[in-house]
Formats: sequence, C-alpha cells, structure tokens
Amino acid sequence: MDGFTTQELMAILAMQGFAGVSFFSVLLLMALGLAIIYGQMRVINMAHGEFMVMGAYATYLCSITLGQFPGMTDYYLFLALPIAFASAFAMGYLVEWVLIRHLYHRPLDTLLATWGLALIMQQGFRSIFGAREVSVTVPGWLRGSYQPTMMIDIPLNGIAILVLTLFVTLGVWWLLFRSRWGLRVRCTTANREMSGAIGINTKRVDRMTFALGCGIAGIAGAAFTTISSTGPTSGSLYIVDTFLVVVFGGAGSLLGTIASAFSIAQAQSVMEFFMGGSMAKVLTLLTVIAILLMRPEGLVASKVRR
Amino acid sequence: MTLINRLFTGRHASLGGIALLALILIVVMPMALDLYRLNLAGRYLTYAFVALGLVLCWGYGGILSLGQGIFFGVGGYAMAMFLKLEASDPESTSIQTTPGIPDFMDWNRITELPWFWVPFESLTFTILAVLTLPAAFAFVIGYAMFKRRVSGVYFAIITQALAVVLTILIVGQQGYTGGINGITDLRTLKGWDIRDDSSQYLLYYLNAVLLIGCVLIGRWVLSSKYGRILTALRDREDRVRFSGYDVANFKIFIFCLAAFMSGIGGAMFTLQVGFMSPSFVGIVPSIEFVIFAAVGGRLSLLGGVYGALLVSYAKTLFAEAYPQLWQVMIGTVFILVVLILPYGLASVVDRYWPLLRSRLPLARRSSASSSSTTESRP
Amino acid sequence: MSSNTDFLLAIEGLTVSFDGFKAIEGLNFYMDESELRVVIGPNGAGKTTLLDLICGKTKATEGSIKFRGKELTQLREHRIVWEGVGRKFQNPSIYEGLSVFDNLEASYPEGRSVFGALAFKRDEQVVQRIHNVAREIQLEDRLDMEAGLLSHGQKQWLEIGMLLIQEPELLMLDEPVAGMSASERQETATLLKRISQGRSVIVIEHDMEFVAALGGKVTVLHQGKILAEGDIETVKQNKHVIDVYLGH
Repeated sequence: MDGFTTQELMAILAMQGFAGVSFFSVLLLMALGLAIIYGQMRVINMAHGEFMVMGAYATYLCSITLGQFPGMTDYYLFLALPIAFASAFAMGYLVEWVLIRHLYHRPLDTLLATWGLALIMQQGFRSIFGAREVSVTVPGWLRGSYQPTMMIDIPLNGIAILVLTLFVTLGVWWLLFRSRWGLRVRCTTANREMSGAIGINTKRVDRMTFALGCGIAGIAGAAFTTISSTGPTSGSLYIVDTFLVVVFGGAGSLLGTIASAFSIAQAQSVMEFFMGGSMAKVLTLLTVIAILLMRPEGLVASKVRR
Repeated sequence: MTLINRLFTGRHASLGGIALLALILIVVMPMALDLYRLNLAGRYLTYAFVALGLVLCWGYGGILSLGQGIFFGVGGYAMAMFLKLEASDPESTSIQTTPGIPDFMDWNRITELPWFWVPFESLTFTILAVLTLPAAFAFVIGYAMFKRRVSGVYFAIITQALAVVLTILIVGQQGYTGGINGITDLRTLKGWDIRDDSSQYLLYYLNAVLLIGCVLIGRWVLSSKYGRILTALRDREDRVRFSGYDVANFKIFIFCLAAFMSGIGGAMFTLQVGFMSPSFVGIVPSIEFVIFAAVGGRLSLLGGVYGALLVSYAKTLFAEAYPQLWQVMIGTVFILVVLILPYGLASVVDRYWPLLRSRLPLARRSSASSSSTTESRP
Repeated sequence: MSSNTDFLLAIEGLTVSFDGFKAIEGLNFYMDESELRVVIGPNGAGKTTLLDLICGKTKATEGSIKFRGKELTQLREHRIVWEGVGRKFQNPSIYEGLSVFDNLEASYPEGRSVFGALAFKRDEQVVQRIHNVAREIQLEDRLDMEAGLLSHGQKQWLEIGMLLIQEPELLMLDEPVAGMSASERQETATLLKRISQGRSVIVIEHDMEFVAALGGKVTVLHQGKILAEGDIETVKQNKHVIDVYLGH
C-alpha cells in the first residue's frame, strides 16, 4: 500500500471499519431474522428485504407524523422502532398463515413463492409511497460525530445503530436460549413430531417464529433509514448479502451469524476504500463463495451426528 | 439404432407434441404474425432454450439454479463481441481517437483491443465459444459445488450470487464490456445485414430449428438410463450413490447441458435483437427464466417452451399497458403456480388431454397410444 | 496384525468420534468369505455406524477397513460399491416413482458413468437378469408396478434385489425385517440364507428369533466395542450380553 503512511493506513482502517459498522448492523439485523426462520423451518424467505423496507417506510411515516408536532421531531425513533417491528411482525404472521405453511418440506418452492411475494410487496410500496426514494430527517442528537483523534471521525448514528443491534441480538439470544418460548422453538427444530407429541403447538411455534424473523427485519428497516434513503426496491439490494451471511455463518448458529455479518461487512467496507464499491462487492462475494465451498457447513457447524 | 429408437419411444415429450410444436413454430406463427410480432416471438423463443435447460436440471435433476442468466449472457455476449468487432471496422469508426475498436472502448479511453476480445474476430471461434463457454463455466461452477455436495437452497443462492457478481463486473468494467448499456448497434454478420426482413425470417427459422433440436436432445437424454438415474437421485440421492454412481458427475452433466442450451439461446437473442446487455444476466432475468419453466411445467420439455412463449407474451401485453399491474401479476402467478399447480400447465394438459381425446370420434381407435403423453412424476 | 489377507473383510483399530463422542472405538472385526454374520446390540451400540463406516457414508477417525486386502477408508462411496460392497438402508430406500423394473435396472452394474448411462442399452441380457433377480425376491409379476405402491415388506425385498443385481461380494443389511409380518419374516430369513450362498452377508438385527432362524455367527456390539462373538447359543449364555442387552 504505497502512498500511505502506517498512521494514515491505521486511520483509514479505523474509519472504514466504523463505516462498515452501520452496514454490519443492518446486515446482522437482517440476517438474524432470516437465520431464525431458516434454522427453524428450512424456509428461505426471498421477501425478507421487503419486510425490511416495510420497517423503513413505517419509520418514515412516524417521522413525518411526529414532524407535525414541534419538539417531538427528535424523538420519533422511539415510536418508530416498535411500530416498524409490529407492522413487519403482523405482515409476517399473515404471510405464514396464507402462504408459507403450505410449503414446508418444499424449500425450493418456498424460495420461488416468496420471490413472488417480494414482487407484489415492491409494487405495493411503489403504489403507496411512489417510486422515488424517501428519507427521514435524522434526529439532531444523532447528527455529528465523535472524534477520538484528528484523523478518525466516527458518525454518531453508526454508534446508535450498533447499540440498537446489540440490544436486539441480546434479546434474540435471550428469547431463544433462556425463555420458555425459545425452548419450544428449539424442541420443534430438533424433533418436530416429538414436540407435537409432548404438547407443543408446532404450527403456532412456526407462525410466531416466522413473524418474529420478519419483525426483526422491520427493526433493520428502522436502522436502515438512518444511513440511507428508502425506495421500493431497497430491500432487494440486501437480500443476496443477507443470504450469504446466514449460510456463511452456519445456519442455526447465532454466534456464526454475528461473526459472518461482521467479516462480510468489514471486508467490503475496507476494500471499498482501495478499489471502489463494485469491485469490493465482487471480491467479497467471491471470497465468501470460495470459503463456503471449502467449508459447506459454514463458519460454525451445528454439532449433529448424521 | 438406439438413438432413433429412443426418440420415438421416449415418454418425456411425445413425438406428436414435438411435431405440433414444430408445426406451430415453423408454419403457423410465420403465417399468422407480421414481421414485428414474429421477431418478438423469436426473442421469446430464445428464452425457451433456458427454460428447457431448467426443466432438465431443476425439474428432473432437482437442481434449482437462480443464475441461468449467466449462461444466457455468456452465449449472448460472445456473439455480440463478434458482431461488434465487425461493426467497428476502422472505416466506420474513423472519427474515434483509436479507430478499429468498439465505440464504447474509445469513450473509455482504451486504445488497444483487450486480449480477450481478439479471438472474437473469428466467426469460427465465436461459434465454438457460444457452444462451449457456457458449458465450461457451468462445469467449473458445478464441479466446485457438486463435488463438495453443495445442493438445494445453498446451490440456488450461490448461483444467484454469481449472477450478481457477473452483472456487477459487466456494469463496472464498461471499457471492456460496454457497461450498463451493453453491446449495441450490431448490424452485420460477415457482411450479411441481420436486420433486414429476409434475414429476420431466416434467423427466426434457424432459432426454431435449433430449439426443436434442443427439445429432441432433452428427450433423448431423459429417456436414457441417465435420465432415470437423474430422477432417482433427485428423490433418493444416497441410494443412487450407494448403488455405485458418482452423483456429482451426474449433476455436473445436466447443469452443463442446461448451460449449453442457455448459451445458444443467448447467442440467438443477440442475433435477432441486435444487442446484448447486463439486464439479461442478473437476478431478475434469471428468476424469470425459472418462472417460464414453472408455468409451463417443470417436468415437461414442451411445457418449458410454451411457458416461455406465454409468459413473455403476457409480459409484453401487460407491461406496456400497465407496468404496475404486471409486477403484481407475475408475483401472483409465481405464488399460485407453486401453491396449486406445482407441475405447471403441462399437468393440466396431461390430465385433460386423454379425456378430450376419447371424446373425439376420430381418435378413439388410437387411444391406446395416448398414455405415452403422461409424464413420470415423483 | 497384518496377516489379514485371508479374510474377506478385516477391520482393525477402527475408531470414529463425533465431537469427542466415540461411536466406534478400537474395533476389530473379521469376516470370512461366504459367511453370514449377524450384528446385535442395544440402541446406540454403533451397529449402523459400523455399516456407515464400511460403505463410506461416515469417514473413520482412525483404523483400517480392508476388503480383499484393499483399503476402503480412502475410497469414495461409489468406488466402494464397485469393489463389491452393497448396503441396504434401514428404511426401504427405493425409487418410489419408478417401476420395479426401472428400480432394478437403475442398479444394474453397467452404465455407471454419465456417458455410460447415456449409451446404456436395455438388451436381452439385461432384461433376463432383471427377471432372474425379480424371481428371487418374488416380485416377477410386479415388474411394471410403480414401486411406491408395493407393500412395506415388498419394498424391503426390492431394495435387497437392487443390491443382488450388482452381485456384491459383501452384502450389508440394516434391520431388513423391521416392520414385517411374521410370514414375511420367515420368507426373508429363507431369502437371506439363500443369497448368502457364495457371498458374505452382514445383518443388523434386534429380533432374537430371526437371528436364531438365520443361524451363523453373532457379534454383539456395546458402546462401540465388541462385547461377545460366537454362535447364538454361546452368545445367549454370555453374562455380559445378558446384562446389557438380552436381560435376565
């Protein structure tokens, strides 16, 4: 890397690293939802990006609604987060009931059906919100940045998203591994018939899991609004990356998902500085695919004897 | 002998059905449609090559590729590169800084033809490339994945990611590829104007004949022992493996065959439409190819062809008039086909054709042969 | 240790561990040609894992599996089949959408490569052989039937037939009579005794009556190790075997 001093290089790495943090957060939130759904019922939800966009539009609506009241503008996010979650959750609940539950054991077909759903949802957004991208006014307390040294400049909204992501991840961890409900989910994943036999309503577990995964995508959407503007097809840009995160992390492993979201986001962000966005993306995708081919079970393999 | 025998006894697309398709493509459509519409139909038929490939590898082999646009693109770009070089002779490009290279290279300040463009000055090489490059790409991808037992959903996602990678590369490296606009202004093939009326007809017929050839190849493959092993491994991979077959090789072959067909489709597309662009390579076209096969019937070779024609025609019809409605429609079709008609229109025909046939007084005597139209279904 | 060339199958020091759990540990197991061997043992003893290791479905952590003096642990699954090892799975594993004839033909040991399969010709010899095997497994009058419509017992026989058509030298059957009626069991025992003429057979079984009907040497596995070996009467008397498996 000629042309850069070591110090500059470190600063670049740190800055790009923090720029990658926002990307990492959104990617992780998206992947969490997708991983829960895939891990639980081997269903690939191609419309996951659209659930994220739903959360983003919900956030946008909150911001313009509260924008009507002076003094409230800065706090719309606190209203938007639960609403983004709830709307995506409700939609997910409905979709599972209408569509997904008929397609268990046909993973490839689910993939196609949810793709169809994604197209319909995109058109829905376009009809309601228009084809133009919308953006929210980032609250005053999220603007500005934190400067630990002269050369490093970390935007506050990135830190805020990161904190939010950590909370959601912890919440998911608690829900899955510490709560009574999570026990039922894990039982169903391990042995569906047995779980049914001991009185777990596996259909309900499926529906709630799917809805929860979608709800988390909704939160990802709320986070997304603080780093980018939202359009009807914003979600489809994220879907391939998110899938690779889930697969790369080793489906069903929370730790693997976090590690893989982090490495993919960071690799992309740091490479972006040196070779531009599109080549960085190509290189990241190819690297992930190559590693996946060497380790098809992903970073963290689930320990099941087969 | 076996080859001829199999062509006549295969049950995966009845010979009568193929003859009917040939009749429709070669006689009925040229008579019924004006040149503009016929050219459109020819364009749809190039998608049918891809749909055929998907019927083979997805329907029968259980390998869903969401990256068939890659192979369509490779075939199409190979042909486009040749035509572009012919269109960029020093005389007609004399106003450029560097005459004799494609215009988009000149705009991007490239002063020399890149090395990988050079062989495409030869038509022989180009035809060879169209026939082998897509399959070679598929071989590399298939070998890497199937030997490591990557399959199912993982395979679908990785092929989709590869389609994304290729699109980004084409768009990003515009000096070498023509970027987002693709390779345009293609006019002649060895001095022969591909855009005048008679050549449009000729290309249409060539396309139709090649397509029927591919249907016959597919039918021959499916009615061999290979075809039965392919279906068997879709349903019971382990049993096939422990019966002494190298499963990966069987998957690689069908994936390569599908790519081979897609590549021909891509090349014919370029010839008939006069350009090639990344919008026929990425996620969206790749998944549209899947819907052609799904609507037509994933277990029916002929269904794939009709599916491509029908869905593309509907797209032209609706997308021009009501672009919003079209996207909702195609989404709904996707969901409905998967939910209530997983084997597509072909399964409807299969169910009602024998009934209809037995009511026709003329055909009653030959009803014994009607069983040959039924497909084997898991 | 290495004078095992006289045996058809010689397994030595075989160990496999799944994340530290040793399903098979330091196992030595020898089989003669034309021997019928029954492997019994409680659940989790490693019986199915043993078959998985021999046919290559699971890779060994340590040890060697020599078949006719040839090391199998390094071969890929289909190569092991080519060496003459056939494996029947616990649940009938047949191609339900294909006819009985096609099922048998799919296992016919010719046209196993891609291009071989494309060029494969169903000649008189193939048809004859399929009929012979079908007669052996009593399905000759069902050749045109879709295999999914067969009864459970018939499916088990079909899978045995699919192995027979490959003429393996070692045939491994995982609980072949599970879920069969008493008369089907009887017929299966006769079938197994007949097909073990001229080839070696390993059978995993729980049903002691069926084991007795088969005759032959019995190996008792327990926690991945061999607990006892010998003819059925000796094994039945063995104190350890009574403790962990047969019960008092």
